[in-house]
Amino acid sequence: MDDSVHSRTRAQVAPGTQTLNFTLNGEPRTLEVAPNAVLLDVLREQLGLGGTKKGCDHGQCGACTVHVEGQAMNACLRLAVMCEGQHVTTVEGLARDGELHPVQQHFLECDAYQCGYCTPGQMMSATALLNDERVGTDDASVREAMSGNICRCGAYKNIVEAIQKSRESLSYDATRKEGAA
Amino acid sequence: MRTFAFSRADSIDAAATPADATAFVAGGTTLLDLIKLDVLQPESVVDINALPLKRVERLDDGRLKIGALVTNTDLAHHPEVKAHYPVLSEALLAGASTQLRNMATTAGNVMQRTRCPYYRDPAAKCNRREPGSGCDAMDGINRMNAVLGGSDACIAVHPSDMCVGIAAIGATLTLQGPNGEREVDFADFHRLPGDTPHVEHDLQEGELITALTLDAPLPGAGSHYLKLRDRASYEFALASCAAEITLDGETIRDARIALGGVATKPWRCTEAEAALVGQPAEKASFERAAEIALKDAVPREHNAYKIPLARQAIVRALRNAAQDRTSQRETQETQA
Repeated sequence: MDDSVHSRTRAQVAPGTQTLNFTLNGEPRTLEVAPNAVLLDVLREQLGLGGTKKGCDHGQCGACTVHVEGQAMNACLRLAVMCEGQHVTTVEGLARDGELHPVQQHFLECDAYQCGYCTPGQMMSATALLNDERVGTDDASVREAMSGNICRCGAYKNIVEAIQKSRESLSYDATRKEGAA
Repeated sequence: MRTFAFSRADSIDAAATPADATAFVAGGTTLLDLIKLDVLQPESVVDINALPLKRVERLDDGRLKIGALVTNTDLAHHPEVKAHYPVLSEALLAGASTQLRNMATTAGNVMQRTRCPYYRDPAAKCNRREPGSGCDAMDGINRMNAVLGGSDACIAVHPSDMCVGIAAIGATLTLQGPNGEREVDFADFHRLPGDTPHVEHDLQEGELITALTLDAPLPGAGSHYLKLRDRASYEFALASCAAEITLDGETIRDARIALGGVATKPWRCTEAEAALVGQPAEKASFERAAEIALKDAVPREHNAYKIPLARQAIVRALRNAAQDRTSQRETQETQA
């Protein structure tokens, strides 16, 4: 089987499109996608959500990072049809009721970008790691967990600062909610 | 990107059926990358994510059975792995990025392809991608290529970190095919390139990896996974070493050594391991073992540096594993 995958015969044109049902930024969506359509391209081209960026298109830069079932993934290496029945969140889904997510707010306040192209992917990785108890809270752990997001402008120092400040405000919010409950 | 048909397998038997030019997709991190480059050209892609292959279970004989679809992230953080196979947890977390580990699966990692730039470039000659076409790496920019296990046809490195940890621990792969189930020793699964570098592993037509079962943990072992690379994170190894060691006092009772980044398959160093048994746990012993492990290394123009680098990786990984063992013993004594 493996040898034939390498074969030089041209593939047949895939038969038609497939129906994809999934939840995107909290909203149920149904759309027709080609079997070989990649999630990143469906988000940008078919759904007009340009926040998720195409950098390398090979899982090497992290600009396309989205959440699938709450976990950070490279949208460039995932077929859209593989998201059937799943929850997908893009950078457009971070803000709630017109209010920026604390991570967005702190990226702004800490000047955690220069050209901004990698920023949506950085923020998606940042929000995922802040929700992941398996990741340590010190700067070194944050840098390691964020290493799949490349910033060519080199804003790394401010990105780590923005994440750590977000952690403080998120835990402050959590404490406040517990107090209110 | 080329077109292909897409379907979902709803049972292991349905998936394990011979089909021309069909590729299984689990995490997709290797497959989609290489389809985009036109290196892999499947006509049909079968999604196996619905199959019940996501369990991790301790067997009665002490071994740990890992479902093919357990993600690299989940395996690295699994309590059984952290407690009994820390070298595997370290190796997994040293590989790729958070995003890729969240997508990549255990069997997919075993099946991942080389990162040799000539394999990844359809315009280059590569016997692994296109049998008989030649090897542009041999006299090309071969700084990242293998010094162990190569042939005149191919010097591509097996890129996995996870597999280096598994090679040191020892394991069995369970394969399901049209003729039923069979088991293969992990050490025999990946093939040396020889004259047929395109035959990368022992998987037959229609077969699917369903599980990987780790050997029972080495009792009282200290361990370490050391990875040396061009940048601190998210980079493939120039050389890496998974080491496990057990001691009687200051004498080595048993040792396990596997290398990554320098060989054409996950590279277990059994001769070097045997040379350590009964020796004092000190630098001179580790250096002798490292000499033995690299004695058959064959460098090309740009990768000779990997030989001393791999030796040093072995020495340091063994030293750290022995210290890990010592600290474990001291902890136990304090508790007793």
